[in-house]
Amino acid sequence: MSAVLEIEGLRKTYRSRKRGVRHALDGFDMRVEAGQVHGFLGPNGSGKTTTLRTLLGLIRPNGGRMAILGQELPHALPAVAGQVGAIVESPQFFPHFSARDTLGLLAQAGELPRQRVDEVLELVGLRDRAGERVKTYSLGMKQRLAVASALLKNPKLLILDEPANGLDPGGIREMRGLMRDLSENGMTVVLSSHILGEIQLICDSVTIISLGRRVAFGPVEQVLAAHSQGSVRVRLEAVSDLSQAADALTRAGVRVATEPDHLMLSGVDKPATVSRLLAEQGLYVSELTPVAVDLESVFLELTATAPVPGQHRQVDQSAKVDQTGTAGGWGA
Amino acid sequence: MSLFVTELRRLGKRRVTRLMLVLLVLGLATVATAFSFSSEKLSPAAVAEAEAKANNDYQTAMTEWKRTIAECEAAAGRGENTEDRYGPNCGKDYQPQPDMFEAKWYLPYQFDFRAEFPLFIAVFAASVALFGFIVGASFVGAEWNTGGMMNLLLWRPKRLTVLGTKLAALLTTVFGLTVVLGALWTAAFWLIASQRGSTAKMTGGVWQSIGLDGLRALGMTLLVAAVGFALASLGRHTAMALGAAVGIFAVSEIGIRIAVAVLGVQFGDRYVLSTYAQSWFLKQAELFDYDTCQFSQGACEPATYMVTWQQSAVVFGVALVGALVAAFWTMRRRDIS
Ligand SMILES: Nc1ncnc2c1ncn2[C@@H]1O[C@H](COP(=O)(O)OP(=O)(O)OP(=O)(O)O)[C@@H](O)[C@H]1O
Ligand SMILES: [Mg+2]
Repeated sequence: MSAVLEIEGLRKTYRSRKRGVRHALDGFDMRVEAGQVHGFLGPNGSGKTTTLRTLLGLIRPNGGRMAILGQELPHALPAVAGQVGAIVESPQFFPHFSARDTLGLLAQAGELPRQRVDEVLELVGLRDRAGERVKTYSLGMKQRLAVASALLKNPKLLILDEPANGLDPGGIREMRGLMRDLSENGMTVVLSSHILGEIQLICDSVTIISLGRRVAFGPVEQVLAAHSQGSVRVRLEAVSDLSQAADALTRAGVRVATEPDHLMLSGVDKPATVSRLLAEQGLYVSELTPVAVDLESVFLELTATAPVPGQHRQVDQSAKVDQTGTAGGWGA
Repeated sequence: MSLFVTELRRLGKRRVTRLMLVLLVLGLATVATAFSFSSEKLSPAAVAEAEAKANNDYQTAMTEWKRTIAECEAAAGRGENTEDRYGPNCGKDYQPQPDMFEAKWYLPYQFDFRAEFPLFIAVFAASVALFGFIVGASFVGAEWNTGGMMNLLLWRPKRLTVLGTKLAALLTTVFGLTVVLGALWTAAFWLIASQRGSTAKMTGGVWQSIGLDGLRALGMTLLVAAVGFALASLGRHTAMALGAAVGIFAVSEIGIRIAVAVLGVQFGDRYVLSTYAQSWFLKQAELFDYDTCQFSQGACEPATYMVTWQQSAVVFGVALVGALVAAFWTMRRRDIS
């Protein structure tokens, strides 16, 4: 399979006189194969939108390489723009134009036939409201219009930044079906979203970003498998011993997440080693279960953004990987 | 080309454009209509009446003058001081002259196309320029502000082409409007002149001069529209252009006026923008320096300084190029988010 989207070592640095420099993208890599639905995940402020904006030529990177459909960006952007449909973070439209006018003007600028406008309006379910001014639309209706504008050119690569934002449950399910249809017809879809259940359902592969660097990537099953292998739930006979156990395990190199009544371990090869390690400390295990993880827990673990009781995690508090750490495949 | 047509269509669809166009047409129509009532065609009877009235007033003044001299001389004969009350020599030097009572001053106002239409060209150009500024600024400002620009750039990722095409669409619209409305405006005033005024002495040369005035007016409307567009694009907001316009006006018309007055700069008005606007429309603006007057030596001949329309062209040209270069430069360089 060939790559529709390739990003290597992308860097974007924001400088402000007051707050100094912020590395929004810090050597970010990404690769999307043709025909896939690719999930693009990351905590708030990790650099998803920045990546997509850079890709679309809206902001200028400080370094790195990007290519879409084998063509180098930003140089070849005008040539490939006709094959890339995109919405970037709740796009806004001129409020006094109707949906049909808005799309009509875009279609005209892109030299598309007019009937294409009605086709996409039908597709996103706005047919009967297309004559009304965008100003009067609800959030979800605006989002549907945005998706329609991205679909208008019948692109080879569809980039959607949080398309489910504001959609009703029916709309989300419809969107899921739409994505599947589109990818079956050969369209490649890059989807950024925080609704991980949704991503797990529709995506073939994912890239997870944290603080501007890739922390995991690959087919969804592989990412899940890589992280469910060593996942173990541990309960002790005495709940009060949990913190002592957590310390001991952490010292032994096991990744530990402390829950109110149990510990979640990851990166454990043989569960038996855990019970032996704890027994050496005089701690007795009442439950030791390997767990099948879902994408959400893998995400929380990889990005280190799982909520910790009694703490309020601030944005930008998430996993930071070494520049070299991402080279080895899925999962750091 | 498709982008250009799209942008023309977008401009035409905008509410601001439509609203401002209605206001512009209504405003111009009101001025023309109101003005047509103030002008009155002069009949021979009216001219004769005015002449009689002028002569009558002249005679009255003469009588009064003679009466005053007689009164003064009588007083002088009584040995009173007449200097304070009647002036030196009993005011004999102030004999009323016939040319102080010209008949035309007694005539009702009659519009003279040849002499006065150029002024109305300036009125027209100022109105259309205001229209162009507001429409041009909001055309690109609202687009930035609502994310429309970003949407468009996803379709046409060539930033300079997009901005340039928008500007071209704006200028084409303003050009078309100026030409069409300008023709109507000229026709309206020609009608007023021929029905209720005078179209005398309209030689080919006069028409040519009016044509040139029209061309300069057209240049002004395009320039102001382009500057409004550039300012709004620079600030990425309509209000930015309006704010800048108010700021420039305040600095130039108030700030600089005060500064040159305080510093005592000779011909300070040559640093004020409106001087150049004036000279652009009227081909030249003459500045006077009354401080050089020697009033003690009778009539004053103040020093003068001439601002020509060519100088205005340079000033406005530099402003235009500066604004456009800045707008396109930032369009190329700045991130869009
Ligand atoms: N114009 C800007 N100036 C300065 N910093 C910026 C700018 N735009 C983005 N950033 C910073 O870059 C980082 C990445 O932002 P980005 O919008 O890409 O996050 P995101 O992954 O899309 O987050 P979210 O999930 O909340 O949408 C953030 O720390 C943000 O504060
Ligand atoms: Mg985002």
